[in-house]
Amino acid sequence: MSAIAKVYKWELLKLTAQKRTYLGVGAAILVPIAFVVALSIQKGGPNDIPLGRNIRDTGLATPFVVLFFMSFWAFPLITALVAGDIVASESHNGTLKTILTRSRQRGQVFAGKALAVITYTAVVVFAMAAVGLVAASIKWGFKPLTSLSGTKIAAGHSLGLLVASLAVYLLPLIGIACFGLLLSTITRNSAASVVGTLMFALLMQLIGALPGTEPIRPYLLSAQFSAWHGFLRTPADWTPVIRATWLCLLYIAVPLVGAYLVFLRRDVAGD
Amino acid sequence: MSDAIPAATPVIARDLVKRYGEIVAVNHVDLTVEAGDVFGYLGPNGAGKTTSLRMLLGLIRPTEGSIRLFGRDPVAEGAAALDGVAGFVEGPRFYPYLSARRNLRLLADYDDRAARTRIDEMLELVDLHTRADDRVGGYSHGMRQRLGIAASLLRAPRLLLLDEPTTGLDPAGMRDMRALVKRLANEGITVLLSSHLLSEVEELCNRVAIIRSGRIVYAGELADLMATATGGYRLSCTDLDRGHAIGLAQPGILDLRVDGGALCFSAEPGDVAELTIALGEARVGITALVAEKATLEELFLGLTEGDAPELAEPVLVEAAA
Ligand SMILES: Nc1ncnc2c1ncn2[C@@H]1O[C@H](COP(=O)(O)OP(=O)(O)OP(=O)(O)O)[C@@H](O)[C@H]1O
Ligand SMILES: [Mg+2]
Repeated sequence: MSAIAKVYKWELLKLTAQKRTYLGVGAAILVPIAFVVALSIQKGGPNDIPLGRNIRDTGLATPFVVLFFMSFWAFPLITALVAGDIVASESHNGTLKTILTRSRQRGQVFAGKALAVITYTAVVVFAMAAVGLVAASIKWGFKPLTSLSGTKIAAGHSLGLLVASLAVYLLPLIGIACFGLLLSTITRNSAASVVGTLMFALLMQLIGALPGTEPIRPYLLSAQFSAWHGFLRTPADWTPVIRATWLCLLYIAVPLVGAYLVFLRRDVAGD
Repeated sequence: MSDAIPAATPVIARDLVKRYGEIVAVNHVDLTVEAGDVFGYLGPNGAGKTTSLRMLLGLIRPTEGSIRLFGRDPVAEGAAALDGVAGFVEGPRFYPYLSARRNLRLLADYDDRAARTRIDEMLELVDLHTRADDRVGGYSHGMRQRLGIAASLLRAPRLLLLDEPTTGLDPAGMRDMRALVKRLANEGITVLLSSHLLSEVEELCNRVAIIRSGRIVYAGELADLMATATGGYRLSCTDLDRGHAIGLAQPGILDLRVDGGALCFSAEPGDVAELTIALGEARVGITALVAEKATLEELFLGLTEGDAPELAEPVLVEAAA
């Protein structure tokens, strides 16, 4: 375990030394700020999306609403930016041979990388929510939130629901991250992996929008981005949350295991 | 010795094959490097040196064959088999956005605890301590090459695998690199060094394997290889035509030809003596007789060029024999 921990530590340090990490985190922070600024200077609001109607009632609504907006391509792109690069950049720099001829096993190196990608994904989501919450609360106050069932939820309790929602929201995003990790391992090309991962996320949405796909829609990865709605009903609706949990574990496990097996066996020649 | 190979033999590779589709990059290669050797792995471009070293380091899987490094199998055990082994293939590579020191810290954390304590010493050894906190992205080729050595030595290896360590270095850099390799060898580190520079191998190595198109065409002591350099002779005499005729009639005088006003041939020393006597008896005066030893360069070209490796058969000496 300590071997993986050391690899993980250095994967995080490497991320903090790379521009694209800041690009991703920066974008995740800027979106909610831009959102609050835009709503401050204009009258209308996102009335037809969940919690959008009450956006100016409390700062607590903003992170939820931005989650919705960013689920289409912003978060998938921000995630892919790092996930698609994490192995490919080693290929690009030729450093795989450098680290794979030390004492750490390939599996340990891979585990460290996977953990780092998941950590980054969690950081961007939580950073967006934290910044959105603070910015919006400064503007509109930290007041009770109107739930999707129309009831008022105390501000403190709403904060707890926000954290739970972020955790559930993370699941499909980690699924996307693992797909990016797989592409990164197979293609050895950062740009191809980033684009491919984004295409994967968009394809899921496209399938969900086609006529005749109704029976499978609840099982698409993209549909799991709204599983947190269950938390904002009174009483809480666990059905989408539970479905998102097991489905996403599959969406995570399949590419993750695939990438692991490829990474374990692949030839490192010229990378 | 053959059936009780000691576990401590640094490198034993048997029947190594690596295929890339149609290309057979390495074709049934056997390599044995004994403790204390400075082993030269010689071959022209594309011969399969790097591919062989990649297999030894566990970076690529052999299509066929087996490898033991100090008795351990890098194919089956992965990095665990590299205990006591360090080195690099092609140019050493580092994270360009990290400083040399941070790169070494990272690599030390990929090794045992003690590695970290050696970082400053190693930076000093390769003369990079004044630039240690600069990003490696701004390093020159020679600096990277030296950092590669430092990174390898962090592991306190007993076996060092170096792929053309002096390629791309300036004369002073080459000299320093060779001096370093000598010094490490003197400290007891076994070195396997690939190269296409004969002078380098001549200077550093006690044993060599020569690879050509994926096949080993010579393996053994460097001294033995030099000894097999069939002696050529140049003889100038007062009557070239008669001298030529006498030479043709003389047993043991091979490849006789007239070249640049002299007779050129190869022969055993005894037969040369007989020839001089025969010439003397025929009153053909000898004005010069020069022995021309084939250089390692010529041997190398002889072994690695042409359609068939002609010289390969007579000089093939099994390494472990
Ligand atoms: N990853 C690869 N994919 C396909 N072919 C390869 C690969 N690596 C090496 N080869 C081929 O294998 C052969 C041997 O290459 P290798 O790099 O081992 O030669 P080398 O002896 O190191 O040459 P050099 O002195 O130029 O470094 C070449 O024909 C090369 O094209
Ligand atoms: Mg090479």
